[in-house]
Amino acid sequence: MSREGVGAPLPRKEDDRLMRGRGQYVGDLRLPGMQDVAFVRSPLAHARIRAVHVPEAYRDRVFTAADLDGVLPIRAVSGLPGFKVSEQPVLATGKVRQVGELVAMCVAPTRAEAEDIAAAVVLDLEELPAVHDMLAAREPGSALVHEHWGDNVFLETLVDVGIESALDAPIKVSRTISTGRQCMAPIEGRGTVVQLDHRLDQLVVHTASQMPHIVRNGLSECLGIEQGRIRIVSPDVGGGFGYKAILLAEDVALAWLALRCGHPVRWLEDRREHLTSNANCREHHYRITAYAERDGRLRGIDCEATVDSGAYSAYPFSACLEAAQVASILPGPYDFPAYRCRTWSVATNKCPILPYRGVARTGVCFALELVLDAVARAAGIAPEAVRERNLVRPEQMPFENITKKHFDSGDYPEALARALKAVDVDAIRARQRQGEPDGRRIGLGLAIYCEQAAHGTSVYSGWGIPMVPGHEQASARLTPDGGLELRIGAHSHGQGLETTLAQVAHEILGVPVARTRLVHGDTAMTPYSTGSWGSRVMVMAGGAVAAACEELRARAVRIGAHLLQARPDACRFEGGHVVGPTGDVPLEAIARTWYRRPQDLAPDTDPGGLEVTAGYKPVRDSGTFSYAAHAAVVAVDPDLGAVEILDYVIVEDGGTLVNPLVVDGQIYGGLAQGIGTALFEEMRFDARGQPLASTFADYLLPGAADVPMARIDHMETPSPYTRFGQKGIGEGGAIAPPAALANAVNDALAPLGVELLHSPATPRRIVEAVLATRAPAVTAREAA
Amino acid sequence: MKPAAFAWERPDSLPALLARLAEAPAGVKLIAGGQSIGPMLNLRLVEPALILDITGVPELRTARVEGDTLVLGACVTHADIEDGRVPDLTGGALRRVAAAIAYRPVRNRGTVGGSLVHADPAADWVSALTALGAEVEIAGRNGRRTVPLERFVTGALAVALGAAEILVAVRVPALPAGAAWGYVKHCAKIGEFAHAIGAVRLEPDAGLGRAVIGAVEGPPVLLADARPLFGGRIGADFAARFDAGAADLALREAGMADTVERHIHVTVLSRAVAAAAAPEPRSNTLPEAA
Repeated sequence: MSREGVGAPLPRKEDDRLMRGRGQYVGDLRLPGMQDVAFVRSPLAHARIRAVHVPEAYRDRVFTAADLDGVLPIRAVSGLPGFKVSEQPVLATGKVRQVGELVAMCVAPTRAEAEDIAAAVVLDLEELPAVHDMLAAREPGSALVHEHWGDNVFLETLVDVGIESALDAPIKVSRTISTGRQCMAPIEGRGTVVQLDHRLDQLVVHTASQMPHIVRNGLSECLGIEQGRIRIVSPDVGGGFGYKAILLAEDVALAWLALRCGHPVRWLEDRREHLTSNANCREHHYRITAYAERDGRLRGIDCEATVDSGAYSAYPFSACLEAAQVASILPGPYDFPAYRCRTWSVATNKCPILPYRGVARTGVCFALELVLDAVARAAGIAPEAVRERNLVRPEQMPFENITKKHFDSGDYPEALARALKAVDVDAIRARQRQGEPDGRRIGLGLAIYCEQAAHGTSVYSGWGIPMVPGHEQASARLTPDGGLELRIGAHSHGQGLETTLAQVAHEILGVPVARTRLVHGDTAMTPYSTGSWGSRVMVMAGGAVAAACEELRARAVRIGAHLLQARPDACRFEGGHVVGPTGDVPLEAIARTWYRRPQDLAPDTDPGGLEVTAGYKPVRDSGTFSYAAHAAVVAVDPDLGAVEILDYVIVEDGGTLVNPLVVDGQIYGGLAQGIGTALFEEMRFDARGQPLASTFADYLLPGAADVPMARIDHMETPSPYTRFGQKGIGEGGAIAPPAALANAVNDALAPLGVELLHSPATPRRIVEAVLATRAPAVTAREAA
Repeated sequence: MKPAAFAWERPDSLPALLARLAEAPAGVKLIAGGQSIGPMLNLRLVEPALILDITGVPELRTARVEGDTLVLGACVTHADIEDGRVPDLTGGALRRVAAAIAYRPVRNRGTVGGSLVHADPAADWVSALTALGAEVEIAGRNGRRTVPLERFVTGALAVALGAAEILVAVRVPALPAGAAWGYVKHCAKIGEFAHAIGAVRLEPDAGLGRAVIGAVEGPPVLLADARPLFGGRIGADFAARFDAGAADLALREAGMADTVERHIHVTVLSRAVAAAAAPEPRSNTLPEAA
């Protein structure tokens, strides 16, 4: 039998259908009588609604807030002290607070006709001053997004661990660092098809979701109907990255509409809606100071971080997850004695900020790693030396850092050392001294992070948000012919779970991966789960599948022992067979006996049979800590601002790798998105709060030619707390590239006196910074 | 993003097309490759009542050589040029420009005529063909006229085309022996619209030359007499004589106030000059992107 268990680099089973264009996405559903929805969205960022004029001819096809009797607004509350609650109406009432906010819902046989109707609806709006700048929004006198708050701050937090002790350090480096606002841009946008199943008296909601069970919670609360009347089906999902871990107002509106109309209704997000109305993430601002000894050893970090949270608190993660998390994870993989961080989650007239792959970690890594390079320059030492002197050392593991994060395992300095060796630092420095024949400049950039993943109850209960992960459950069932069915409540949005969880089961039961099927993405068929987020599934669902399979194996051994006429403790399970002193019996025969020939079972056989639901939590639920050192080598054209990535090395430790091919795929994909963050992607807004990109001609994503073939080196330090030693790695690839690439660009341009402190490093920003050093009087059209 | 309803017709001859264009009500749009009007329809930036597909007119899909002039029908695609399916009198210059336009699927459908009529300032043909001294041939009910491209493109997305006229062909003069050609564009990302374009067509033997700075806010900045860029004289040593200050001045005079923008455009033009001076022509298929 081929080796298919934990650690096997199997190609993904699901790719057979996905790569042949046979995936089934929400947009592929065709239901009899289905009609399409187009929304009338606010064209203004902030306005009072005076009236919504619906042409008489369309009275029965257009619905506004006044029609939504009994539908409650979306509320994503945080239990953190001082959090101010926003109420996101499903269709706007009174005010609109962002461009693209839903005002009316139009239904017609086709989307084009629905858009015709939407175009005929006239909004009478009284424009209000837009809150578009998160720093200005904190100032007294700012226009208010939610008047009754009295200010624009969802939440302010403060952590102070003896910062006073660091203030006399000989090196003090302060920087203002910021990251652009982004859109997640999965290939498949959001989409929802809702039908009313009269037989079951059930709303069947087909929606591209990473967390079907959480969507059911939210829908039930907003619609005021019991959960038994709602079934969420998430079919194939074409990329999520956090965008599909959100209950959208559109989901609630469509569910209400299906109840009202009786026929199936569909909304498929188009790219303009995606870019201008719904998908926003990442906009951070840091004022950060590093205190250090002359040798680069950190004495302390002091930071004020502001996150532009947008108009509403998104369900279920809330408006403060990003900023408040900054305070707890800013120290990164480093050990230093003093720390202060104040954060603000600020409400503005933009789309709600949503968690995007890496969530707060990408911004935090950017701020910290850039300031570490600044420390290196101030101390006159190499950037790698600063990191070597401050990384948590392997002998400190497990390590509790300054914000009480519990690093489970790993050798951070080794990852750095391997990355430096792989890029050949000495050769790069020599090449820099030599100069390039084409006038470009070469730079090396480093970034290191550790990623808390699969963190559970003890971490999330403190946030007090609508979703707290508990035990993860999985069901395992042998079929009468010896196949295996697995059921989990989390959902794949591209991670390859159909393959990797089958590998986990194979490790325990020996059932061929080809004969194991994963059932997921359907609340009617799976155990409850908070879903796929936080790089948690391989730890949590992987652990749960293993637990269910172990119980199944124990039952199989008892049945097999009876068939072998041996005592169970004289039998062992091996390669899919129960092996006794006198012979062996395969799992297929055991399954056949239980289902088809119960007369052959022992009288005292376990009546639970060959179907098990088991729950799982790691030994500690404070999370696994995967980590990586990224090293980027770039060539920068100082006159045009073009950045070419010459080399990119990732030394990564995800603990035990269940499937190294899948892990590499995750890292490559994350890297591509990280390059987007670093060099291309930015959703800008004007002073009226208007988003300035509505197509991919204006919102640039990295293309194939922009993503290098990175070199990946795996370290495998098993987590001491998880079933196989695996660590969550799904987001890591996207965390470090913005920092590594910005540091590389800065390293290249440092001899010119350039230091870029904002992502993305677009050609325009680079040229602007270069010219500013040549002629200080240059008047820039835009701030760097 | 679905278009508003429209009628669609595909005339099969030029007279039929012109007749239909003349009699059709306001709100008629032509479609060839659809690479610009397609998205504009979907975004409802245009909502024509009628769309006339001009690709059914055989004449518009042909290319021929008339003496020293290459005549490209309006519906010749970028890929036709890139792949060498049409004649060439420019020593491969057109092929190299075509090969770097957007992405291959766009080149498969997009047409040279459509690009010129759409007149996006960032489009390659608008700048490249202006530098090459091309003319456009326009047909209307009252016959045909020929206009130099620099007088045809009047602004961003604006051309000198009457309501019942269509662009039928582009006339590209041959690049004479000894002429130097350089074309460089700068994009934030391969395949995206250019942020700056520089193009030069220089005849050092005759002491003449044209230069274009494109991807600006309006029509490309043309120096029909490029000698001021080279200290007043275009000779074999033109690359060494290139005067970035003169190019900067030309842009300032054209109204480009932004220093960074001017720097990028001047840099790109200087690289086009350097490319023109390179002794060996580059490969016919490699994109010329900065």
